[in-house]
Amino acid sequence: VISFETLYAAPPQLMAHAPALLVAGPLVGAAAAALAPNSRWAWMISVGASIFAGWMALCIIGEVARHGVVDYALGGFAPPIGIAFRIDALGAMMALLISSIGVLAALYSGHGLQSEIRYEKHTLFQAGFLLCQAGLLGLVSTGDAFNAFVFLEISSIGTYALVAIGAGRDRRALPAAFNYLVMGTVGATFFVIGVGFLYAATGTLNMADLAARLATLSDNRVVLAGFAFIVVGLALKAAMFPLHGWLPSAYAYAPSLIAVFLSATATKAAIYLLARFIFIVFEPGAGFVELFLVWVLAPLAAAAAIICSIQAMLEPEIRRVLAFSSVAQVGYMLLGLSIASIAGLSAGLMHLLAHSIMKAALFMALGGIAISLRARTLADFAGVGRDAPWTMAGFAIAAASLMGLPLTFGFLTKFRLIEAALASDQIWIVAVIAVSSLFGVIYVGRMLEAVFLKPSAPSAPRAAEAPFGVLVPLWILAVASIWFGLDAQLPESLANAGALALFGERP
Amino acid sequence: MTVDQMLILLALATPLFTAIAVYAVGRMPDVRETLTLFGCIALVIITLSIAVRVGQGFPPAWVAARPLQGLELSFRLEPLGALFALMASVLWGINSLFSIGYMRGRREANQTRFYVCFALAMFGTMGIAMAGNLFTLFVFYEVLTFSTYPLVTHKGDEPSRRAGRLYLGILVGASVALLLPAIIGIHVLAGSTDFTPGGLLADKVAPGLAGVLLALVVFGAAKAAIIPVHAWLPAAMVAPTPVSALLHAVAVVKAGVFLILKASAYIFGPALIANMRVSQYLLWIAAAVIVIASLVAMRKDDLKARLAWSTISQLAYITSAALIPVSASLFAGGLHMVTHAVGKITLFMCAGAIYVASGATKVSQMSGLGRRMPIVFTCFLIGALSVVGLPPFAGMWSKFLLLTTSFGSEEWITAAAMIVSSLLSLFYLAPIAIRGLLPPASDAPPAEFIRPGGVPGVAIAPIILTAAACIILFFAADEVTAFLIPIAGAAP
Repeated sequence: VISFETLYAAPPQLMAHAPALLVAGPLVGAAAAALAPNSRWAWMISVGASIFAGWMALCIIGEVARHGVVDYALGGFAPPIGIAFRIDALGAMMALLISSIGVLAALYSGHGLQSEIRYEKHTLFQAGFLLCQAGLLGLVSTGDAFNAFVFLEISSIGTYALVAIGAGRDRRALPAAFNYLVMGTVGATFFVIGVGFLYAATGTLNMADLAARLATLSDNRVVLAGFAFIVVGLALKAAMFPLHGWLPSAYAYAPSLIAVFLSATATKAAIYLLARFIFIVFEPGAGFVELFLVWVLAPLAAAAAIICSIQAMLEPEIRRVLAFSSVAQVGYMLLGLSIASIAGLSAGLMHLLAHSIMKAALFMALGGIAISLRARTLADFAGVGRDAPWTMAGFAIAAASLMGLPLTFGFLTKFRLIEAALASDQIWIVAVIAVSSLFGVIYVGRMLEAVFLKPSAPSAPRAAEAPFGVLVPLWILAVASIWFGLDAQLPESLANAGALALFGERP
Repeated sequence: MTVDQMLILLALATPLFTAIAVYAVGRMPDVRETLTLFGCIALVIITLSIAVRVGQGFPPAWVAARPLQGLELSFRLEPLGALFALMASVLWGINSLFSIGYMRGRREANQTRFYVCFALAMFGTMGIAMAGNLFTLFVFYEVLTFSTYPLVTHKGDEPSRRAGRLYLGILVGASVALLLPAIIGIHVLAGSTDFTPGGLLADKVAPGLAGVLLALVVFGAAKAAIIPVHAWLPAAMVAPTPVSALLHAVAVVKAGVFLILKASAYIFGPALIANMRVSQYLLWIAAAVIVIASLVAMRKDDLKARLAWSTISQLAYITSAALIPVSASLFAGGLHMVTHAVGKITLFMCAGAIYVASGATKVSQMSGLGRRMPIVFTCFLIGALSVVGLPPFAGMWSKFLLLTTSFGSEEWITAAAMIVSSLLSLFYLAPIAIRGLLPPASDAPPAEFIRPGGVPGVAIAPIILTAAACIILFFAADEVTAFLIPIAGAAP
């Protein structure tokens, strides 16, 4: 088992402020990118700020491994008055995930933007991207329920604008973004109403204090209402079935970079927050939470895994296939959550990591093709495998992981998930995963058949290999999918520590 | 790394390296095919060395990777696996010779892809044969499925693509939906999936639960083509004949029954199988498959389809053997795996030779053809009689052992099914050769050869080799059985 206890990524003076800098770095970067003179500068700022955030995430991982939890009071004001950051092993894992994907997405944006966004908008686009990243990083590091709402909205507002910029390529991005904005705002409002109820019942917004005070209030109606509002709000943000209607269009019509970044991080951050509320703020043993896990979360997650896989099977547009598959995969993660054992949570979190890696790679490959070819449907992709072998080989590896092929990361996480379900005697979850994997084989098979086996029509426009700047991050992710399929120690130890943290334990 | 571990690594690396090398020199057909043959010879030497080590009582073992805590990619040889590896590699060599004659004789397109996928399929087969636990076996099982898919769809037209979808759909579907949950279930119950002499699950699991797992394995191992997961095998006959010969008579289908035999011997164990009721039901299903597939085969006029249905029937013999809870039965199943492979590959290569020379694919077109190609039809007769189980051909011993064990353990239905099906197979296989060699006067004379000169010599030689093997194995069966004795615990 890998341990980060000996990881000192920065001098202690800097390390002490890592939680604040983690968020501040991309936030300052966003302002700088907005003022940058041209696209090139904005890109460099974006890469620099993302790498800085990744560095800070590494600092935090080390600190968390040594102390279990990192507490940080912003500006030196202690919690009841000031804003508190509180990062445990789960938050550290999420911060590392978001910032790593952020670095790769920023690298990718050097070439990936050209065909999709007008040149003069590149600076604003990078600013929005960094804002979104800052919001997500803040979300996973804050220890304050209201503050979580603020960060959620920072990231979401950035996202709405970024999806809408996709209108340069496809006008349908505008209704998609509007739809996303309405649904996202409804979700955020529900969440903040729920937080308000909890505040009314307990008089605090700090999550640790909330947990302590809610322990005696489990039959309080206000608390129950608060719980319901929070769960529905976060379910909307996490695209939990059947509240996922906004997601397929948003992913399909957004610029490729945003599809890459959102599919790998945004819904995941919402799942993180949901897990945090269920397991830390509330008590998973409390009657109403247990009822929710068993009778609401598990059935809906199972429905997502099956119904959305079927939708992905029937969908002609390739990006929407991947989007529906994302909703189905969110179902897997939530199934892991609903098992509510350490093994189940660890499997769900591991699947979260695996899915981030593979979905980012898949969207990156599609973006790489979009530079040279306007292709939307599966039929448009006929023969692309011959024209762009390296791009599509990366795509195929990530797709194999999505399918759960042995020797890929996706296989191991499904393995752990089924194992956890069997260990808690929930055979029906095994059946759900098996059936849904079957559909997964079919929709992935359809994509690969179109890309590699169908000959392209003689008169059809031909795709070209993606530029080097796209291939590098794509292949980093593809190699990671294989590497972790052969040796999953690193992600497993991260996920295990995260699952233990949800139960207030340390590895 | 010890020498034994190096042998395992080499057995995996040789076909893999052959695939890469063949791809690299794809533009030069002569070099490409020489490399393939070199790869075959090297692999035969390696698998022979492995078999010798196993025979000496020092089975090679190697843990290659440990992806998760408690989950290992490990290899461990035992007699059944060593025999399977040796058989597959020898027949790969023979079949490669035949492929060269067939593919050149037919002037097929995409020949480089053909040889690359063939070598990759052998990589998968070696991994299956040497796997030390169910997880490793599963990994290479999927490698075999995916590497043979381009071979099935080789022609690239719509019917072969449709067949390919069926092929992939059933094989992957069954392995993901049935086999994988069974493997993970075994992993959870026993803490590992290692092949353990006497049975990993013995004393660990109640017979009822073990029965469910066994059923999942038998149907999940769709490559063994038990009805209703059999439809891929007749569909796969759209592939070029060398593919049908090696993969759909030897490597792929034998991997399926090999998995069932291994699971029966080393995961469940005879004692546990004897205690479960499900194994009895499965035996009845297998007996039904033995007879039904033979009946279907009788009605098929397309020669390859007939051979495919005959394979389904013969595979069910081996599945039955795996389900009868006496160790002698495993032994008979292992032997039948070898003798049927040798006989069936002969039949398929003959079918391919007939097709190359005359273009005939239907049994009804072959009357009198044997006058023009006497060697091919004589070899067909030898292969057919061996598959039926008549002396002096190899198939007789395994049929004999299968029958004695099923009588011995009072499985009357299985024994009856085997006898009936053997008679049926005599009626649907032997007349093809006999009518070819001695046509009734009323039949119209066969059409002219479509290829001047008939069958290329390089395609005839392998047919003679395997037909001769059918006879030699009859007299040398003792060697094979002596090698297999350790899996049975004692001589039968």
